[in-house]
Amino acid sequence: MNILKVVQEIVAGQISRDPAEITEKTSLEEAGYDSLDVLETIFAIEERFKIRVPFDANDPRVKELKTVGDIARIVESALGEKAPA
Amino acid sequence: MPTTWERIVAGDSAIGPLMLPQMDELPCPIAAQIHDFDPDAHFTAKRLGSLDRMSQFAVVAAREAVADAGLEPDDATLAQADVVVGVSVGGMTTLDDSFQRLYREQRRSVHPLTIPKLMANAPASQISMDLGLHGNTFAVASACASGTHAIGLAYRAVLHGDCDIAITGGSEASITPGTMTGWSALRILSRDTCRPFSRNRSGLVLGEGSAILVLEEWEHAIARKARIYAELVGFGANADAGDLTSPDQAGAEGAMRRALASAGLDPTAIDYINAHGTGTLINDVVESRAIRAVFPSEKLPPVSSIKGVLGHCLGAAGAFEALATALALHHQIVPPTANCTEPDAECGLDVVPEGARQAVLRHALSNSFAFGGLNAVLAFGRSA
Repeated sequence: MNILKVVQEIVAGQISRDPAEITEKTSLEEAGYDSLDVLETIFAIEERFKIRVPFDANDPRVKELKTVGDIARIVESALGEKAPA
Repeated sequence: MPTTWERIVAGDSAIGPLMLPQMDELPCPIAAQIHDFDPDAHFTAKRLGSLDRMSQFAVVAAREAVADAGLEPDDATLAQADVVVGVSVGGMTTLDDSFQRLYREQRRSVHPLTIPKLMANAPASQISMDLGLHGNTFAVASACASGTHAIGLAYRAVLHGDCDIAITGGSEASITPGTMTGWSALRILSRDTCRPFSRNRSGLVLGEGSAILVLEEWEHAIARKARIYAELVGFGANADAGDLTSPDQAGAEGAMRRALASAGLDPTAIDYINAHGTGTLINDVVESRAIRAVFPSEKLPPVSSIKGVLGHCLGAAGAFEALATALALHHQIVPPTANCTEPDAECGLDVVPEGARQAVLRHALSNSFAFGGLNAVLAFGRSA
């Protein structure tokens, strides 16, 4: 599964854009994301991948979540931690 | 009320392990729940059939407030009192229990009083019925500012001459599986404790309870030689018209300025601010910036949050904080910010982390900033 591609689709859907316009380097802020968009995106990812993403709005590291690639990387990390069946 | 104040002054936190026996896996580990409340000690079985937990809290608090004010049950002025009670969401215990029956137990019916138990005005109505109060009675819903808005509106009713006595405050009992899961989804709950204005703060902790105040027209209170804890001197409220959940510095500043203008007070007259201080990363820094913008840097009043003790009681939070602010003026004590182990330099305020402090307090503000961008601030003055 191409994680980045799925994340691109979810981000594009969140802000009603064409997934083709969204790349790994797309800045969430420049794309028009606010804090609630991030929250809804994380939820969509959790539902899609059936994982739990350790995202906490009170964690100062939230500020490091700047691009679509950053989201894809936390998904990869969460998938990696998912215990194999 | 005396116990609550003592625990606030002592910084004795009510936060503990969350207990939700209906759930196998808890959505978060902690909350400030009331474990020693026995409804049967206050109500008959018949009466309890119509009372959601939020209304039980509110009626018990209102009875205590009226008794403490020295008002006799047959007082003619009391009988015409307005009742204004803030509630953030409504009777979530009743709603949650009903949904459990429908969806989990696959039953086809719910308790016949489900609707009148869960309606947001139930606490106000139940206080009116319990104490025989016939004035203008309604609920105020403005999420985390509900209690503050309620007191502000009741204050205006007394000022306007609608009533000489108003019973007002807030009530909340929404620590249920459904609501806690919803809060958890917002990713702002702490997993250790509530640490307002602390550099290591980790989010908010939900609480429950009710605080009810008796507001009384000044001359009326003097004439009957009532014990006056403090004078409510101003109310300011506004809306950010911006983000749904993020606080806004300009909005917070504006509400404090409105409260000061309403009270006819200069910022230098304020000796204490009871902060909204939720313990989230963003609230505490934005509220601090707003305070530093309104008050002169050489005379910043001490600021504290009592949410480290009570948790965030949502619709009741502003009422608990108004009560604490009035008692701070009465006792001339600044309550501490409990659990603030590392005062955050970015906040740049004196948040009274070391413990309660004796001080000369002339006037004080109580801040509430709610989801939906709603801000409300009360201004109190020392009564004697």
